[in-house]
Amino acid sequence: MEGNALMESSRPRVGLFVTCVVNSMRPNIGFAAIALLEAAGCTVEVPEQQTCCGQPAYNSGADDATRVIARQTIEAFEGYDYLVAPTGSCAAMIKMQYPELFARDPDWTDRAKNLSAKTFELLSFLVDVRGFKPQNVAFKACATYHDSCSGLRKLGVKAQPRALLAAVEGLKLTPLEGDETCCGFGGTFCVKYSEISTAIVSDKAANVVASGADVLLGGDLGCLMNMAGKLNRQGAKIRVFHAAEILAGMAGAAIGEEEA
Amino acid sequence: MNQILDSSETFKLRAKKALADPQLKIALERTTGNARRKRAAAVAAWPDFVAARAAAAAIKDHAIDHMATYLEVFERNAIASGAQVHWARDSEEACKIVVDICKAADAKTVTRSKSMLGEEIGLPHALEAAGIRRVETDLAEHIIQLANERPSHIIWPAAHHTKEDVAELFHEHHRDKSPTPEIESMVASARKELRDDYFAAEVGISGANFLVAETGAICTITNEGNAELTTTPPRVHIVTAGIEKIVATTEQALQLTRLLVRAATGADFTQYTTFHCGPKRPGDLDGPDQFHIVLVDHGRTRMLIDMPEMLRCLRCGACLNHCVVYRAIGGHAYGGAYPGPMGSVLTPVFDGLAESRDLPQACTLNGQCREVCPVDIPLPTLLRGWREKSWRGEIEPTATRASVAVWAFVAARPKLYHLGLAFALPVMRLFARGGWISRMPLASGWTAGRDLPKPPSSSFMAQYVRRRNGQ
Repeated sequence: MEGNALMESSRPRVGLFVTCVVNSMRPNIGFAAIALLEAAGCTVEVPEQQTCCGQPAYNSGADDATRVIARQTIEAFEGYDYLVAPTGSCAAMIKMQYPELFARDPDWTDRAKNLSAKTFELLSFLVDVRGFKPQNVAFKACATYHDSCSGLRKLGVKAQPRALLAAVEGLKLTPLEGDETCCGFGGTFCVKYSEISTAIVSDKAANVVASGADVLLGGDLGCLMNMAGKLNRQGAKIRVFHAAEILAGMAGAAIGEEEA
Repeated sequence: MNQILDSSETFKLRAKKALADPQLKIALERTTGNARRKRAAAVAAWPDFVAARAAAAAIKDHAIDHMATYLEVFERNAIASGAQVHWARDSEEACKIVVDICKAADAKTVTRSKSMLGEEIGLPHALEAAGIRRVETDLAEHIIQLANERPSHIIWPAAHHTKEDVAELFHEHHRDKSPTPEIESMVASARKELRDDYFAAEVGISGANFLVAETGAICTITNEGNAELTTTPPRVHIVTAGIEKIVATTEQALQLTRLLVRAATGADFTQYTTFHCGPKRPGDLDGPDQFHIVLVDHGRTRMLIDMPEMLRCLRCGACLNHCVVYRAIGGHAYGGAYPGPMGSVLTPVFDGLAESRDLPQACTLNGQCREVCPVDIPLPTLLRGWREKSWRGEIEPTATRASVAVWAFVAARPKLYHLGLAFALPVMRLFARGGWISRMPLASGWTAGRDLPKPPSSSFMAQYVRRRNGQ
């Protein structure tokens, strides 16, 4: 199939927005995203002109600095059929906030809206746009799932990751009390208000432990690192992965585990 | 001295104290957890909550868009019913009007039913400063008056106290020393304590949940019936209300009440929903001789321009109950009259942004407050709006501004950004032990309370480029 030129031309071209956190902290998620998108019939490219979506500046109220970064992202991705990011947070930033940021800038309004319309979070893109179902993937574990806030509330990501994970052989999903409650990450909040953030993630970690799961999954690395970091500090032996790593069959070392 | 009013304490210090108090955590989780469960059940039982909430937001927006007109209609109808209407631009004016009415009535004792606007304008303090004995009649307000504190929640002012705390407080202050730490016995004790004052007070002060333009009536909703006992026996009833409480019709007030009560407590309706219209008329069995309504602006006309959506707020407290930050630190840490998400939007309006800059920042922007708001106020957007003003007004600390500026400079230069990472990642790895970093210079904000996973030796982009080039 891959050699078929006709098929090749009908494959949508996806620009992968890696996100700064995945890029610097867990490349495996980026490679898992590529594998999944390709399996879902897409051609994937990773524009090198990308860095970050601009949220650290935007959430600090520094709108001018955010616009500089947003223009860079728009320029790098507007030529693709889709921008897909393995996170709800950055996808929501590009989809919802970029058009607002340029609402009064006639040169950029349409470009921001155009990119917004084709921007998706990875797991919901696989289900909603590509109708993808993972084949022949197995992962034996009892897992629980945390719904990260931006994806859940801004993009409606809730059923899609569960639908995808249901196709994984040997994986049992168990409910998490407070699965729609923030884990206390909040971007720069987690370091600016470190003690409050720590208190919030302590509650989350307690719920994760109480779920009885031996694996915690989610779709946003920032939140996953926050929860994994707390679980590890407490000595809880719960392995933490991005859902894409499981779905792509690339769940080797969990977050914080040394590569074998 | 009220320790809560100490303004020299910073937000972070107050939050730190709150986090160190295990009793507070227990009290907050009991109150807010109960409220969350009950609200969720009420919303689930509602055939079309989303439509009801959109209709409620539209009612408020209509009233806000035509606020001046409806306030004038309200004033006309209120005066026609025999009420006296006063207008106050700010908190000083509002307090002076109330105190002057009390003095004219030769009031020694005033009873007050719970009103967050009263807290907002500093009315308890103003009454005390004027030498007038103030008796709070709402059970929770009674508790915090005994404890010499400010409310920590807008629906349950004593949410920071466990019932065990309250039993101790009652034992210390109440005449009757017999009650046990059971709720029923404590309520009976408070009732005994307050009963005489209801009938001795010369003036009763209430807030208002709604000002109804078409009738000139004000509406109070409570579960304890204390508002009726506060406003009926005394010779003078004073209402203090923010001008945003205006609605066009009684029907609209009731429609909003359905959402307000479900959002606040999960109940279908409160025990007492009362429309107060004018003073006692000839032939009435009871009621006050004088009925004063003090309409307070205190920043609200400015909000008409900057954040009209916030004027929809019904003061239900749902955003507090669902806020992870509020649940962690409680209401007092916020430092203003209103805590939680709605308080973090309002306090900068009332107290100034420079004095309250932390409040809009101390938020994860997770959006649950908006999700549970019965009138769909875009709280996260408004909070971020304050951050933007804070940045533009150079209120943010220099260190924060510098670090964002440096970060933005690098993030806008992909080559520099990737080069920087190529250097930073191996350095970070030097601090790791067995896959985790538990201490690292400049990272204490993260590592104080949790571990940081050991980063890879090279970034995704570097690995991707290597793979693509077949290396």
